Amino acid sequence: MTTVDRAVRDTVGAPVRRADGMPKVRGEFAFSSDLDAPGMLWGATVRSPHPHARVLRIDASAATAMNGVRAVLTHHDIPGANRFGLERRDQPVLAAGLVRYAGEPVAIVAADDPVTASRAAKAIVVEYDVLEPLTDPEEALRGAGPELHEGGNIVAHRRIRKGSGIPEADVVVTGTYEVGMQDQAFLGPESCLAVPGGDGGIDLLCSTQWLHIDRDQLCDVLALPEDKVRLTLSGVGGAFGGREDLSVQAHACLLALRLGRPVKMVYDREESFAGHVHRHPAWLEYEHGATKEGKLVYVKARILLDGGAYASTSHAVTGNAGCFAAGPYEVPVVHVDSYSVYTNNPPCGAMRGFGAVQACFGYESQMDKLAAALELDPVELRLRNAVRTGSAMATGQRIHGPAPVAELLTRVRDMPLPGEPDVLRPGGTGNTTDGEGVRRGVGYGVSVKNICKSLGYDDYGTARVRLAVAGGEPVVSVHTAAAEVGQGLVTVQAQIARTELGVDEVTVVPADTAVGDAGTSSASRQTWVSGGAVKAACDAVREAVLVAAASVCGEPAADLRLEEGHLASAATGRTWRLADVLGDRVIDETRVYRHRETFPLDPETGQGDGHVAFAFAAHRAVVDVDVDLGLVRVVEIACAEDVGRAMNPPAVEGQMHGGIAQGLGLALMEEIQVEGGLIRNPSFTDYLIPTTLDMPAVKLDILELPRDDSPYGLTGVGEPSLLSCPAAVVAAIRDATGVDVTRIPVRPDALATTVEAGRGDPL
Amino acid sequence: MKLCCTVNGEWCALDDVAGSESLLRLLRERLRLPGTKNACEQGECGSCTVYVDGESVCSCLVAAGQVDGSDIVTVEGLADGADAHPVQEAFVSAGAVQCGFCTPGLVVAAHALLARTPDPTDAELREALAGNLCRCTGYEKIFDAVRIAAGKTEAT
Amino acid sequence: MRFLRPGTMAEACALKAEYPDALVIAGGTDVMVGVNFGRTDPLVMLDLTGIGELAQWRSSGEDIHIGAGLTYSRIVAELGDALPALASASRTVGSVQIRNRATLAGNLGTASPAGDALPPLLAADAAVELVSAGGARTVPATEFCVAPGRSVLQRDELIAGVRIARRRGPQHFAKVGPRNAMVIAVASIATTMDPANRTVAVGCGAVAPTPVRARAAEEFAAAALDWNGEAVLPKGTAAEFGALVADACSPIDDVRAGARYRRRAIEVLAGRALRRMWDEHLRRVE
Repeated sequence: MTTVDRAVRDTVGAPVRRADGMPKVRGEFAFSSDLDAPGMLWGATVRSPHPHARVLRIDASAATAMNGVRAVLTHHDIPGANRFGLERRDQPVLAAGLVRYAGEPVAIVAADDPVTASRAAKAIVVEYDVLEPLTDPEEALRGAGPELHEGGNIVAHRRIRKGSGIPEADVVVTGTYEVGMQDQAFLGPESCLAVPGGDGGIDLLCSTQWLHIDRDQLCDVLALPEDKVRLTLSGVGGAFGGREDLSVQAHACLLALRLGRPVKMVYDREESFAGHVHRHPAWLEYEHGATKEGKLVYVKARILLDGGAYASTSHAVTGNAGCFAAGPYEVPVVHVDSYSVYTNNPPCGAMRGFGAVQACFGYESQMDKLAAALELDPVELRLRNAVRTGSAMATGQRIHGPAPVAELLTRVRDMPLPGEPDVLRPGGTGNTTDGEGVRRGVGYGVSVKNICKSLGYDDYGTARVRLAVAGGEPVVSVHTAAAEVGQGLVTVQAQIARTELGVDEVTVVPADTAVGDAGTSSASRQTWVSGGAVKAACDAVREAVLVAAASVCGEPAADLRLEEGHLASAATGRTWRLADVLGDRVIDETRVYRHRETFPLDPETGQGDGHVAFAFAAHRAVVDVDVDLGLVRVVEIACAEDVGRAMNPPAVEGQMHGGIAQGLGLALMEEIQVEGGLIRNPSFTDYLIPTTLDMPAVKLDILELPRDDSPYGLTGVGEPSLLSCPAAVVAAIRDATGVDVTRIPVRPDALATTVEAGRGDPL
Repeated sequence: MKLCCTVNGEWCALDDVAGSESLLRLLRERLRLPGTKNACEQGECGSCTVYVDGESVCSCLVAAGQVDGSDIVTVEGLADGADAHPVQEAFVSAGAVQCGFCTPGLVVAAHALLARTPDPTDAELREALAGNLCRCTGYEKIFDAVRIAAGKTEAT
Repeated sequence: MRFLRPGTMAEACALKAEYPDALVIAGGTDVMVGVNFGRTDPLVMLDLTGIGELAQWRSSGEDIHIGAGLTYSRIVAELGDALPALASASRTVGSVQIRNRATLAGNLGTASPAGDALPPLLAADAAVELVSAGGARTVPATEFCVAPGRSVLQRDELIAGVRIARRRGPQHFAKVGPRNAMVIAVASIATTMDPANRTVAVGCGAVAPTPVRARAAEEFAAAALDWNGEAVLPKGTAAEFGALVADACSPIDDVRAGARYRRRAIEVLAGRALRRMWDEHLRRVE
């Protein structure tokens, strides 16, 4: 029984103000970098300047002699396993012998203040035997170059073989595409505070996406049992996948435990670029075959992802790139090989979109090429092939839930086009054009991604919900370990509790490891899974209330309903105040929620029911391009997305706006430039993210087609708005310029010099 | 060095300040005012925006020694006690806050914009906030917040 | 460390003579980046923001004198009519927050080839005034920068200000970067036109080891333009001008852009600049 109580404010579906909004705007919200403890020391990290080298000797004598330096630790000082990693524990906490990427931690230091810590880190002399780095992923795939990890340099290979053999097609188009290395560039750099407990354990306050997986890795590194490694989430300054892997956590704990004093670590922006994984750069080769009527006959693809020095989540990203290589289209024959490899480049892992973004740029570029070859409208070609409920994906899995691909596309297509000229020209404040050389283009993209964890992973969330009376009123507290990273999870948990229990006063207590695992705040899954757990725990609390009320009210529990802070009897019409019924009784229930089961894919064919749900989004981009200078002004992005149920509509819009901004960044400007294994632009001066003058007008169209297998019918909204945004922007650029753009980000020099060389539209 | 300044209306006298360290670090670490955020220390992101003598600046690019005798206002100094400043209120009501790390800098930058230009056009608004990076919101609801604070639209 | 904060320029010169290695700071927008990341660890810092006179500008005859400490925000707000190219360039410097601190002298002191305000100084034949305890000298802006990050500034000298001619005709500034705001130039151009004297001047940024003038292009334009008449720009003039400007440049490949693109960009910007200035000139003649 679900009680949706209109009298209770801020329930599911209502536009709700963020609970943490006011402290954030007042500067009173504590991010992990804002924490403080008595006697606190500051940690700093010594990192390898070489992408591939042997550590011969570490001389910390000058550092330890410095006033205010308390400890220098190396891999010798790790009590447990010197290994961490999300899929494979292949990454050392502190390099022991071999460093595999530039920026790999080699030693850590604690000192009285941050300046001394950073000076001490610089004073530590590390002698290296510099080795030739393996930086070409194609070489790594071929087996050339040094073996960087035992077992070879191929991290993962996903084969998809749907249908048999490559059939004849009337029209065939091929293409090669490239996606640069994007950074999450969350605004709050990595930071934490580790406080030694009196029991030999550690209390860690940190920014993360998944407390329990941090804890599990830390237990092994620190050689401590679970009850002695206690994590609490502090304010997280954005995540986007970049906080799934450990960064400062183990280092701060090691120093704090060694010294018996609290240790804080905070990266600066430059160190942050070395401190977390990035989006995998990708090289995609595609071949699409279609009938002359524009029905896809087959898709062949080979996708290579550079995983960098350590595995992180490369395996899953590779799987996603493979599974979604054909896009949201019905294709009888799909033949895909996606690979990720180890190299001496910066490690890559999770970032919003997780493999599906790279593939989308490939398949959507192909769809435009195919439309051109068939002389079909690009939207029409997509409509003719769009999946719908019941269609088989490339993995053979039949789509169970809503799949409104055609509807999303027609909705963005049918939105009115923006007028011209735009208030802002390409070149922005640079004043480069009065309209000279400016051409407008329109492009489309549509995309699909899995929601929740896939391929048989036991994906669950845990919630504890407590109902009691305080000050004469019923109050609810909700406790999960689910990470609020800015997406609005705390708010939505409270909405669920208010909705289910009809109680106004709901507190969401800080996330920590004192409660069961919530899983990760990624894969667009947390509102579904931890939201589902909160709902389940609320259901249990309600049942317990009704049982308790039955004796107090003298009516059978089956006749009672809980609503608006009251119990009401369906049989007699009598009501009782919930607070009176509860008295000093505390109802406290913990529940685990699991989404429906998934299964591993067949290793040879990649066929199987691997995913819980598929989410879809469509984009239309309108751009103005100064074709002489290669400068692009995105005039407007329209995005239509099915969200199942908009739990908190402004938060859904916020997720979509943010995803579009990151998609625009990937399309036009965001790239970690790596040369010889070294990051050339580790700063916000040269790693550019969109500003207010780069973001276009955004039009959103939010569909709510409820699912039958999720709480409230919702589906995940964190990622879809990003997926086909780059593809749509690039399609619009192609439309404006006639240049066959095959690489993102599209840099002005690539565009202008291509035009100049006469390969584009003649000037 | 010895340094005196006014911070959020309070007179501060500090001893033993390294004059070369940034105002940002002085605020966060010496004065325990962590509302001002450190996200890049290069003046590229605006998260550390504060007022120095009435001008909005990146506190990471001001040397502590330079503010001797100055009047500094940080995000913590905008509210009137328990009452949030209308710009702060507008950020919350517009849904302009997600992770919130850029928010203090944006609140100060928006406050400075409206002090200078009470009724900004959309073009002025975009240009005035171009020095404040936000990674979560795509800026749409931040623009809404400034419009609300400027009295151009109603809070929803 | 010692933090020195003189109240007058004379005091500042004396301190610079005493501490020639002192790190000079005004707006701090370049200097503090190095300090924050530990790349600069000054023992002595010499702050010029305490010198009131330095933050002023004044008219003197046909010239404007800009004090070393005048911020870009004030240049934008107060000098847009007198110095349109410089004001337009100033508006592209960083953000509001940066412009509220950063100064013209900072761009000179940093001597980056990409310094936004430098091309307008070159194109207006500005002169940089340097002072020391031993005296004062004036250096043409065209000769001030000698290499990336290096200028003629001596260890005991400070930049006092810049003398720059008030506009004598149309001026233009444009800057290309891979983002619409908050970006370091990968090519920038400032152009000035003096119809009375029938000259055109061009300063280019980020396309050579220092900001450069494009003399051959200037001479070409001076000769090609129909100063007596009211004719539109002859076909091909802007393109040839652009090509000559590009010839004056020697760009490099770096993380921000390739040399070939920089050359292309300056060529396009130059052609457009000439056309815009000429159109404006014709409008004025009318």
